[in-house]
Parts: sequence; structure tokens; C-alpha cells
Amino acid sequence: MKARVHVTLKNGVLDPQGKAVHHALQGLGFDGVNDVRQGKFIELELDGTDAAKAEAEVKEMCEKLLANTVIEDYSIELA
Amino acid sequence: MKSAVILFPGINRENDAIAALKQATGTEPTVVWHGETELPKTDIIMVPGGFSYGDYLRCGAMAAKSPIMRAVAERAKAGVTILGVCNGFQILTEAGLLPGALMRNASLKFICKNTHLKIENTDTRFTNQYKAGDVVDYPVAHHDGNYFADSDTLDRLEGEGRVVLRYCDADGTIDPATNLNGSQRNIAGIINEAGNVLGMMPHPENAIDPLHGGTDGRNLFKSLVEAAS
Repeated sequence: MKARVHVTLKNGVLDPQGKAVHHALQGLGFDGVNDVRQGKFIELELDGTDAAKAEAEVKEMCEKLLANTVIEDYSIELA
Repeated sequence: MKSAVILFPGINRENDAIAALKQATGTEPTVVWHGETELPKTDIIMVPGGFSYGDYLRCGAMAAKSPIMRAVAERAKAGVTILGVCNGFQILTEAGLLPGALMRNASLKFICKNTHLKIENTDTRFTNQYKAGDVVDYPVAHHDGNYFADSDTLDRLEGEGRVVLRYCDADGTIDPATNLNGSQRNIAGIINEAGNVLGMMPHPENAIDPLHGGTDGRNLFKSLVEAAS
């Protein structure tokens, strides 16, 4: 089973990297971009077939290591 | 007076930390490798700067979960003096020993220069040798020193006198123009609730010898010794 984790900065936390990317996109002529937020994508290859158990475990991984919940939100997708 | 320096792979300021602690305490600190699970009995523990684990995932995130940090957390709870500088500050926040987080500098640039700092609280075991209102000059060298915490946490830190150092200019002016890296409220260093753990981005250990260009950092280490003796 695969788990895909997206880690993104919380709303209200400034994202200077996203801002710089936005600026660069505008420089390339992409004028239709209103905002850019940069995050992380983490793919995990897991043992087992129990989706509920896997989700609970990946959630714990996010809380303990993969995300810093002071500044980041995370979402989990199992496949 | 005994001290220890925690060493993680990728740390590069350990020798500066050792030199500063040796100068202040008169004895050689014990260096403890990250894979150890036990700490020698010491009065002071220093978590030095560098790029532990190559800053993978987030600065300090991996180091904060390494075996020795469980022992460091126990000592923090027991009231031992713990100083985290630069990557050490990031590690202490990631370990939950200090509130908030250190984010990418607002300028997105690695900042390597000297900066002025205002000592905001001289009634701590890290700053008792400074005078109220002192402005000091320490080097900084970081890419991720932009301190963030939610406004409730910031209010609490300020209300409890836990903001120990702020970025300022030579006159001590604290405003957006003197905010080195975009930190909330110009915060450069904070202590925990019990007052025994300090995290700070600037490097006092690199301001202890005239050859460094200044000795403003000496009093920080003298303060630790004073508090522990």
C-alpha cells in the first residue's frame, strides 16, 4: 500500500519561498497566478492491507516527524 | 563546573562551543555523540550550530528525534542549563523544548554577518552578567532563523519575560528595519517557562576572543557559570 502525504504551510504563516516562485512566474509572463504556496510531497511504501490502520499510523508519523504542526498542515491519501 | 556538547552528524560549530565553554568553566566539555542514550552528569549542556542531518525534512527535525535527545529532554525537565545556538535552537524547538519554529529567512538569503542584539531580560541564568538595556554584537550565520509562533504564544513569551534577545541596531532600536531575518517581533532568542533552556540564532561562542572581532559573547557564558556555581 502507498501513502501520499502533502505537507503545506498553515494559513496565516508567511511563505517567502512561495512568494519568490510567484514573482518568478510573473517575470516569465504568467500573469494569471494570484498566489503560490510551496509545500512538500512525501510518498511512503507501507506493509499491510488494512487502510484504517495504515492511515492511523501515517497520521502518527506526520504528528511526530513528517510535519511541524506549529507551522504546517498535512493531508494523507492512501492508494 | 562540568559541561557537555551534543554532537550530531552535520554539526560544524562544536569546536567553537567547546572553546567558549572551556574558557568560561575552566574545564574541557564532554562531547556526546547523537547515538548515545545517556549523558554524563553536567551543569551545562550546549547544542551547537551547523546543519545536522543536512537540514533534511526541516532544520533540526531529524536531530530532535535522535536517541540522545531523550536524555537531553530529561535533563531539561530536571532543570539543567541547556543552551541551543543556531541549529541548536532549531533542534530544541523541533524537540518541543521551546515553543515556535524557525522558518526560512524572509529575504530567502543565507545571512552571514555581525548583528546587534538587545538583551531584553538580564534576570536569567544566561544573561545575568549583562546590564539592562545592553546592546551586544554577535555574528549570525543562518538560512532559517525567521522565528515564528502564533500571536498567543508570542504574547505569553513577552508577558513572562521569555524573549531574551531581539534584533536591533547599534542604538538598540527594534523595528522592522532592524529585523534581520523577518522574525516575529524581532525575536532572536527565547527561554522556556522554567528558565533553564535558551534557544538563540546568533552565535555568542563566536564573540569570545579579540581575534573574533569582539568579546560580547563572553558574558553569556560567564552568566551560565555564575548561575550554576
